[in-house]
Amino acid sequence: MTSANVSYDVPVQPSALTQIRRTLFTTLRKLSRRPLSLVGLVIVLVFIFLAIFGPNIAPYRFDELIRGATRQPPSELYLFGTDRLGRDVFSRVLWGAREIIALPAIATALSVLFGATIGLFAGYFGGWIDEVISRFLDGLLAIPALVLALVMLGTIGPSSFGIVVVIVILYTPIVARVIRSATLNMRALGFIEAAKLRSESTAYILFREILPGVLPALVVESALRFSYAIFLTASLGFLGLGVQPPSPDWGRMVNEARETFAQTPWELWAPAAAIALLVIGVNLLSDGLRSIFRYEGQLV
Amino acid sequence: MARYLLRRIVLLLITLLITSVVIFALTQLLPGDVARLILGREAQPQALEDLRLELGLNDPIPMQYVNWLSGFVTGDWGTSFTSGNPPIRPLVLERVGNSLLLAFYALAISIPLAIFLGVLAGLNENKWIDNVISVVSLSVVGLPEFVTGLVLINVFALGLGWFPASATAPADATFGEMLSQLTLPAITATFVLLAYVVRMTRAGMIDELKKPYVRTVTLKGLPRRQVIVKHVLRNALLPTITVIAISFGWLIGGLIVIENVFSYPGLGRLLTAAVERKDIPLLQASVMVIVFFFALANLIADLLYALLNPRIRLE
Repeated sequence: MTSANVSYDVPVQPSALTQIRRTLFTTLRKLSRRPLSLVGLVIVLVFIFLAIFGPNIAPYRFDELIRGATRQPPSELYLFGTDRLGRDVFSRVLWGAREIIALPAIATALSVLFGATIGLFAGYFGGWIDEVISRFLDGLLAIPALVLALVMLGTIGPSSFGIVVVIVILYTPIVARVIRSATLNMRALGFIEAAKLRSESTAYILFREILPGVLPALVVESALRFSYAIFLTASLGFLGLGVQPPSPDWGRMVNEARETFAQTPWELWAPAAAIALLVIGVNLLSDGLRSIFRYEGQLV
Repeated sequence: MARYLLRRIVLLLITLLITSVVIFALTQLLPGDVARLILGREAQPQALEDLRLELGLNDPIPMQYVNWLSGFVTGDWGTSFTSGNPPIRPLVLERVGNSLLLAFYALAISIPLAIFLGVLAGLNENKWIDNVISVVSLSVVGLPEFVTGLVLINVFALGLGWFPASATAPADATFGEMLSQLTLPAITATFVLLAYVVRMTRAGMIDELKKPYVRTVTLKGLPRRQVIVKHVLRNALLPTITVIAISFGWLIGGLIVIENVFSYPGLGRLLTAAVERKDIPLLQASVMVIVFFFALANLIADLLYALLNPRIRLE
């Protein structure tokens, strides 16, 4: 054995991707052992399936007017009935699944990506980045989320893109703050110090040493952000500032169905139940994650 | 304490100043010519120019901001863009009163209930009662207000006929009538608040019950009831105050939706109407008032926290 082979080396770090994959699998295994979390997981997976394949399953298009079939009660032919214009409610709910899941999902993913990156840098380097984020967040948190969303969407005009932008602006600083404080806690740990002494690059330390450590907080926060984003999107839809017609938006469908509630109650209950089920599923799932990772997450 | 209070009030003013900049900047992004928005498409160029001059729309933006802010502070909130151009201040103040009434009613129901449920769950950690409270608050309580509101209307107004389905709040309604109209909206708001407060109270109880002083007072022979009421509750409820303050933001958001569900003439409904009609002065005034009350609620919560926790007060 030559001296070069003596293992002064650090234990080989699995790649970041491997670590993330491992975390994912253990998390899924732990989730499936908790009955309620499993229910939540199944509900969310079903809705994701519907979001992807809904339009293929739906018997009609969301804007298709079925001749001579206005205001039909739920039946074998029209599972959730038809509305005042003769559109199949079941098909509309299926088509609408895509946006209520995709928009919050995209917005959450972007918020987490930006927020985590900013948070890592702010927590690791401190200084002015830290100050800027904290002050910006204070300013944002002074305005209730829905109020700020209303004003922003009112000015830039309601659209799918607008909703994503608004959610990203609202949630990026919150994720950044969470990751920042988690990073701050890790900065003083021995193995970070060791990595510095080995003169590892900053990128290595941030993404290979610190990121895996803040992953639990990141996972919980992502789940929470996702559930809040769905809540917000649905509420904005109900207030008429969501996805614009003719695209079916569950919140808007509920609002419009109120006028004809006496004649076609199913038109209101179908999208309302869909929202309720989706929110319950996501909440059960994120609660499971909170218990597994022992991290409560942010309340706003 | 006086110094602490002073510092908090200064902070509140700074917050309001920053948000006023944000609100003003956001509303400046609105596309379109305000003068044309008010006078309509067929307006004469001269009339448009006169109005622009009158509203100060030709001034540089920072100047417009200063004028707007000084007007707002001195009580000149401008006039609404809607037909008849009613002055904004009396309109907003009337709506604020209505919203506050609903908010206090909701808080009066939800806070005692949430603390009771949270303490109950915390004392029975992982027993069936804790599980029931957790599951119910997780699932039912996290629903958007328009879903719970519509279910409540359907069951208790249309079905059982116990309460009216809308809360239109006529000025001559008696207190009893008001209360009955506001009950369903208040319960709807309660649902949103309940989840978080229950959750944090439960966590606070569980943490506190594990601390050494609880064992000490138990071992010295204090009855369990006294251990909890005299020692544990005081400490366990401290974080709850902060949570209640934070969930004020949720309550405000909730009220906006709830007022629309129940057609209740509150500030939230005024705000959504202002957004729909692109009524900028009304929008600015409503948001500023909302932010003011939100900041005030946070201030009160902080003061309460400091009063109960000497470590903060004497820092």
